[in-house]
Amino acid sequence: MSKLVLRNVSRTFGGITAVDDFNLTLEEGELVSLLGPSGCGKTTTLRMIAGFMAPTSGTIEVDGEVISSPASILPPEKRRMSMIFQSYAIWPNMTVAENIGFGLKVRKLGADEIRRRVDEILEVVQMTALRDRYPAELSGGQQQRVALARSIVVKPALLLLDEPLSNLDANLREEMRFEIRRLHDEFKIAMVYVTHDQAEAMVTSDRIVVMNKGRIEQIDAPYALYARPRTRFVAGFIGRTNFLEGKSVASGVDFGAFSVSKESLPGHDTLPETVLVSLRPQSVRLLKEQPAAVAGRCCAQGRVQRRAYLGEYWDYHVVLRGAAEPLRVSTRAQDVFETGDAVFLEIDAAQLTVIT
Amino acid sequence: MKVRGARGEAAVMPSALSSSLAQRWRHLDKSAWVWLLAVGILLFLVVNPLFRLLLVSFEQGDTGAFTFANYVAAYSRSRYVEALLNSLILGVSAATLCLVFGTPLAWALSRTDMPAKGLIWVSILGTFIIPPYLGAVAWILLAGPNAGWLNRAIVALTGVDKGPFNIYSMPGLVLVTACYSFPYVFMFTKSALDLISSEMEDAANILGAGNLRTTLSITLPLAMPAMLGAFILVFLEAIALFGSPALLALPGRFHVVTTQLWEFFEYPPQVGVAAAYAMPLLGITILLFWMQRRLTSRKGYVSLTGKGGERRPIQLGAWKWPMLGYCLFVCTLSFFMPMVVICQAALAKAWGRGFSLDNLTLQNLYFTLFENTLTRSAVIHTFVYAGSAALIAVVLALCVAYIVNRELVGKHLGNVLSFLTMAPFVVPGIVLAIGFYAAYTHPPLLLYGTAWILILAFATRFLPIAYANSNAAICSINPELEDAVRILGGTRLTAIRRVVLPLLKRSLAGAFILVFIPGTRELSSAIFLYSINTQVLSVLLFDKSDEGNFEMLAAIGLVLVFITVVLILIGFRLLGRDFMLRRTAA
Repeated sequence: MSKLVLRNVSRTFGGITAVDDFNLTLEEGELVSLLGPSGCGKTTTLRMIAGFMAPTSGTIEVDGEVISSPASILPPEKRRMSMIFQSYAIWPNMTVAENIGFGLKVRKLGADEIRRRVDEILEVVQMTALRDRYPAELSGGQQQRVALARSIVVKPALLLLDEPLSNLDANLREEMRFEIRRLHDEFKIAMVYVTHDQAEAMVTSDRIVVMNKGRIEQIDAPYALYARPRTRFVAGFIGRTNFLEGKSVASGVDFGAFSVSKESLPGHDTLPETVLVSLRPQSVRLLKEQPAAVAGRCCAQGRVQRRAYLGEYWDYHVVLRGAAEPLRVSTRAQDVFETGDAVFLEIDAAQLTVIT
Repeated sequence: MKVRGARGEAAVMPSALSSSLAQRWRHLDKSAWVWLLAVGILLFLVVNPLFRLLLVSFEQGDTGAFTFANYVAAYSRSRYVEALLNSLILGVSAATLCLVFGTPLAWALSRTDMPAKGLIWVSILGTFIIPPYLGAVAWILLAGPNAGWLNRAIVALTGVDKGPFNIYSMPGLVLVTACYSFPYVFMFTKSALDLISSEMEDAANILGAGNLRTTLSITLPLAMPAMLGAFILVFLEAIALFGSPALLALPGRFHVVTTQLWEFFEYPPQVGVAAAYAMPLLGITILLFWMQRRLTSRKGYVSLTGKGGERRPIQLGAWKWPMLGYCLFVCTLSFFMPMVVICQAALAKAWGRGFSLDNLTLQNLYFTLFENTLTRSAVIHTFVYAGSAALIAVVLALCVAYIVNRELVGKHLGNVLSFLTMAPFVVPGIVLAIGFYAAYTHPPLLLYGTAWILILAFATRFLPIAYANSNAAICSINPELEDAVRILGGTRLTAIRRVVLPLLKRSLAGAFILVFIPGTRELSSAIFLYSINTQVLSVLLFDKSDEGNFEMLAAIGLVLVFITVVLILIGFRLLGRDFMLRRTAA
C-alpha cells in the first residue's frame, strides 16, 4: 500500500489559490522533495500533510486512512509524523537530551527506554558530548542535528522537512544534504522534503516534484528531470538552459542557423508547427574549425559576443548567424576563444529536449 | 499536462462517510473549550458592563421603562453643566502645564550635557510612584490656606497676615494634576528625542543655524507628534481623575465631572443619571484616543522609526545651570517638597508642630499597619485584590493574545477579541465602575458588596496593560516551536505548558507586576464599588481625608509608596531597567 496519497488537494487563501489540484503518491521508504521558487505552494502543501492546515478541497491519506479532508482534519499530534522546521524549532528551555526525548515522553515510554533511545540517536548524529547543553550554546549545524535526532528518534511514519538547511552556511549545507540522505537510508523513513534549492533536492531525493504557482510542473527522478524537462519552467528552473524556437518542415525542424531531422528528436512523432526546445549550455561544443559531419550531430556558425571565466569552466555567449538571442555555451577551462572570434558549434541532437 | 477538475470526492472517501461521527471526534481539537471560556469571560468583564451602562442611562430607575429623563436630569441644571466645563478647563490647563514641565526636562535629559541627570531621572521616577491623590494630600499640607507650610513660610518671611496660596481652587487643582501627569509628557517626548540623530541637527548647523534655532526648527518639530500625543493622554488622564478633585475641588466648593458623578451616587444612588452624565466623558475619551493613535502612528516623521545614528549631547555651556535649576524646580514641586511633608506628617505626633525631634514618632505607621483593624485589613485587601486582579488580567490577556496570534478563531473574530480586550483602555475608571455597578448589583449576578466586584473591575481596568505585554511576549515566540510539539505527538495544551509558558515566565511576571502596581493604588473605580467590608488603602485614605487626620493619611500613603517601590524593584530584577517604560507604551 502507498504510504501517503494526496488526491486533488487544493488550498486557497481568500481569493488566492496557493495549491491547485495537487496529486502525489509516496511509497514506503521513499524520499520525495517538493521543489520550487518561494511562494509556489510547497510549504503550504507540507503543512497540509502535517495537519496544521486543512485543504480547501481534496483528501490526504496515510496507509489508506483519510486524515485530511475539507470537512475535518486529524490533529497533527495524532498523525505519528514528525517534522523538521526551517527555524529548527529547538525548544530553548530544554537541554539537547530533553529536546530529543520529548516525543518519546509524550508517547509515555519508560525513563530507561527513553534514555537508551536518546543515547542511541545522539550517537548517530554525533552529538553525545553535547547532550546536556542548552540550544543557545549550540552552533547552527549542531542545532540542525538536534532537530534531525529529535524527529527521527520517535520512528515516525512520515518525516516532513521544511527547508531544513536554508539557515546554514554553504559548506555546512553541502555536508548536511548527505547527512539527511544517509539517515534516510539508515532508517528507511518515508520523507517529504521541501526546498527551493535544486542541488539540495537532487542530492537527497528519489523523486522531485517541481512546483510553480501552486501547480505541479513535473514529477520525476533527478536525472530525468534534468535531462528531460517537460515544461519551459522546469527546464529553466533546474539548471541553466537555452530555449530555441524552430519551425516544423518536411525533413525535420528548422532552427534558422541549423536544422535537425525528426528522427533525431527523441520521443516525438508528431510535432507542432512551432517547436520549442531546451538545449543545455554544456551540450554544445565550440570549435575553431568546421567539424566532420557525424550522424545525429548538427553544426552551426556563430560569433563569440561575451565571455566569462569561472574557474571550473568558461561561459560564452555566442550569437548564431540569423538569430537575435545569443546562445549560452559552457566549455572546459582549456577551450579559450576571444570575444569576436568566429566559431563553429557542434550540437548533439539527442540532447535537444522538446518542451510542451 | 494534467487534466484538471476530476473532483470525485464522494467516490474517494466512502469509508470516511460511514464513520464520520467517530472520525469527527477523533479529528476534533479538544482545547477549543478553553478559548470559548476566554471569550465568555471577556463578554462578562467588558461587554456586559458597558452595555448595561448604555442601557441604564435610558431606563427609568424603578420600572426599567425606556426614558430620556436621565439625560434631561443630567444636563438641565446649570451646576451640572458647569462641572463639565470645569473638567474641560482642568484638562486643557493641566495638559498645557504638563508640556511646560515635561518638555524642557525631556530635552535636557535626552539631548544636553546638563549635570545631575541621574538625580532628575530618579525624581521623575519618584513622581511616577506617588499616587496622584497622595500628591494632593501633600499639597494640602504645603499650600492649604493658613496652615500650609508655604503659606506659613511666607508669613514668617514677609510678615503679611495671610499666605497667598490656596490649594482648594482651580489653579491649585491644575498644579497638583500637572505635577503627577507630567511624567507621561516627559516619557513620550524623551523617547521621541532619543531617536533623533545628531546628524539631522548637524545638517542644520552646517547650513548656518545656531543651536537654539536648530532645536526650535528641527528637533522640537520632529518630536511634535509624540508631544501632542502626550498632551491628549494627559488631558484624558486629568478629566478622568477622581482622587485629587475630590480632595481639592469639593472643599473649594466646585465640581468637575468625576466628583459630580460621585455625588449622583450619594444615597439614594441615581445610577441612570450618572450613566447619562458619564456619556460625554466616555465619548470624548474614545474620540481623543483615536486621534492620539493617528497622530503617533503617522508615517510622515520617518526619523522616529529609524535607529537614529550617532548622538552627541549639545554643549550648553553656562546655560546648563539655569537648565538644571528649572529641572530641580519642577522636581521640587512634584517630588521633593511633597515627599518631605508626607514623611514629616507620617512620622509626626502632630504635623503642624513642625520638624523637631520631640515631634518624631513611629506610632502612626505602627497604628496603621498593626493596631487599627480597619487599616490592617485594608492593607491585606489591597494586596489580595490587586494580586487577584493582576492574575486574572494576565491569564485572560494571555489567552486572548494566544488565540489572536495563532489564529485559532477566524480573522474577524480575532480582531473583535483583541478590540474588546483593549477597549477598557479608553474607558475612564469611574465610568467603568458605574458600568460594573449597573451590571452586577442585581440578582442573578449580585457581586456588589463582595470583593469580587473590586477584583473584576480592577482586572478589567488594567486588562489592556496585560494584553499589550502578553501580546508582545507571544509575538516573540516562533509558532514553529509549538508546531514541533504537536507533530511529535503533544497536544496544543502540552505545547503551551511545556514550551510557551516556560519561555514566557519572566515577561508574564513583568506583566503581572505592571497590573499589580496600579491595582494597589486604584481609587476612581474602587470608590464606587467598595463596601464596609472590602475597603482598600486608597479608599481608606480618601475616606479619612474628611477627618483631617493628616498624620494617618500620610502614613497610609507611605505604606502605598513602599509597596510600589518594592514591586518596581522586583520588576527591574525580572525585566531590566526599561520596564516602567512599557507601561506608557501600552
